[in-house]
Amino acid sequence: MHHHLILRVITKLLVGTIILFAFYVQFHGDFSPGGGFQAGVIMAVAFILYGLVFGLNHVQRVLPPWVVHKMLALGVLIYAGTGVWNMMLGGEFLNYNIFSPLHPSHGQHSGILYVELGVGITVTGVMVAIYYAFAGRRPFIGDDDW
Amino acid sequence: MSAELQSVALSWQDQLPVLQIIIPFFAGPLIVLLGSRRLAWPMAFAASVAALVIAMMLLSRVIDGGFISYHMGGWAPPIGIEYRIDAANALVLVLIAAIAVVVLPFAKVSIAAEVPRRHHALFYAMFMLCFTGLMGVVITGDAFNVFVFLEISSLSTYVLVAKGASKDKRALTAAYDYLIMGTIGATFFVIGLGFLYMATGTLNMADLADRIALLGPNRTVQAGFAFIVIGMALKAAMFPLHHWLPNAYNYAPSAVTAFLAATATKAAVYVMLRFMFSVFQPEFVADSGVAAYIIGPLAVLAMFVASFIAVFQNNFKRMLAYSSIAQIGYMLLGISFFNHNGLTATMVHLFNHGITKAALFMAVGALVLRTGTTFYDRIAGMGRVMPFTGAAVVVAGLSLIGVPGTAGFISKWVLVQAAFDNGLWWMALAIMASSLLAVIYVWRVVEALYLKAPNPEAVHKEAPLMMIVPIWIMAGSTVWFGFDTSLTLGAAEMAATALLNGSSGLAEIATSAMQ
Repeated sequence: MHHHLILRVITKLLVGTIILFAFYVQFHGDFSPGGGFQAGVIMAVAFILYGLVFGLNHVQRVLPPWVVHKMLALGVLIYAGTGVWNMMLGGEFLNYNIFSPLHPSHGQHSGILYVELGVGITVTGVMVAIYYAFAGRRPFIGDDDW
Repeated sequence: MSAELQSVALSWQDQLPVLQIIIPFFAGPLIVLLGSRRLAWPMAFAASVAALVIAMMLLSRVIDGGFISYHMGGWAPPIGIEYRIDAANALVLVLIAAIAVVVLPFAKVSIAAEVPRRHHALFYAMFMLCFTGLMGVVITGDAFNVFVFLEISSLSTYVLVAKGASKDKRALTAAYDYLIMGTIGATFFVIGLGFLYMATGTLNMADLADRIALLGPNRTVQAGFAFIVIGMALKAAMFPLHHWLPNAYNYAPSAVTAFLAATATKAAVYVMLRFMFSVFQPEFVADSGVAAYIIGPLAVLAMFVASFIAVFQNNFKRMLAYSSIAQIGYMLLGISFFNHNGLTATMVHLFNHGITKAALFMAVGALVLRTGTTFYDRIAGMGRVMPFTGAAVVVAGLSLIGVPGTAGFISKWVLVQAAFDNGLWWMALAIMASSLLAVIYVWRVVEALYLKAPNPEAVHKEAPLMMIVPIWIMAGSTVWFGFDTSLTLGAAEMAATALLNGSSGLAEIATSAMQ
């Protein structure tokens, strides 16, 4: 892809915008359509696009595979951890009301934000991990071996 | 949901149902996040010990009848997800947690020998997810939540089975077969749930039961029932839907097989029971004729055909896999009798067969460690050089046959009683006859282990203590539960009563332990 100047320039322009949009979908998710799943996929698209245009090596320098693996686990832990936090405050698992006993609806808002953050991180990780797995596969018989 | 309702903080005892799931669930991603090979096993082991303690506390609270209901997120059922524990699932929870606690020390040695080092941390993470999934399937009172946990456990199981690939590449195709069959099973199950949701508009099991009872005869509900039974039959490896099982068990790492054989199909049998009796009422199931005309005959076929195939195997592990299919036949036969003793037999055999098969498959793992394989000609004579492992095979094998003084006898005894309760004396004869087949296939192993000259290529050394102790805990408990049946039979009878009473209805009070 080295000679595709237009693709490379446009990609560099787009990646930042895509990530920004992902954050918007992530944190505006409780007021408008969106949330962790969608934001995670959009976020992953930024990396996948970068990888498609500049190559797997480049994108793995930006987001190494081991970081992706940790992201998978971290997101789940944030989700479950929110529930455990609720339990420590004396409520049921994932009972967000307990975050703000006097204003349960505020508690629901903050709870959903934490949980969606976890979802977003894990979904980003999963999408990127799937891309890495497919892009990193070597054919059984190389092109030169025929 | 006003602020006043929240004034009473829940104590840690009230949180037990969710701690049961969340502790092992937390351990999985935490192992991945830390990524330490050295910390992975202790964390997994600690989490499963905690889960076992919690499961026992839950069982002690429901063994006299009644149930515990836990509302996820404070949302009351039927809108919210409910965890509901009664005698039936508390017994299965204890079984699964106990197997995990015993298998994990064994796994430490076995996995070190059978799985590449760089996969160890991920292996234990997957193991914990599988464990969580199985516990979740059993504990939840929400029909869709069953599906979600089923997928968690199944997906991690496919990975665990595929981990056998470093020893034998066929593990990959076995895992793939299992993936396809398991996915079809899960799809059938969720299609069935879709039908039920369409007819009733709810997914909470107790609420489903109430609404199905109100609906009267309904074709949509019947279709849903058919899909759910077949989906679960696939997961439970009911004959003739068992084809994924022999390969998956044979090529998976030994510790995985020991864990799965003792728990995975048992959880599926439990779900089948739960749906047949708590969601669809016993009368509905009796009217449908599924138990008497489909499950019963197929169970008898499984007992004979699978045992017959097991007799002709020349591979210890594969033989045990076929024997598992036959033993699932006994459990399903108990369901098909549709009486109190029959369900007691199913529940008690679920437990007894779990510990028996765990002992046997762990012994297989010990033989693999020393001989590298499980074929009869290669493990020949190893009973003489590995006296403890060999003796455990004999003891657990006797329990598999159902010799008096072992756990296997108790379940077959109750099963025979159930057959007589229904006046099916020939069925009792069939149970005896199929046990004779078990005598043959167990004898072939004993013959190979003791009556032949030791294989000169094998390492002539007893298995390490980390393996012998778990094997003998399981082998010993097959004898223990053959004499002291107060826990197993007591809980199984209570479970059977609870199941035959049908649904216990929607719980009104949050986290209540009714007596």
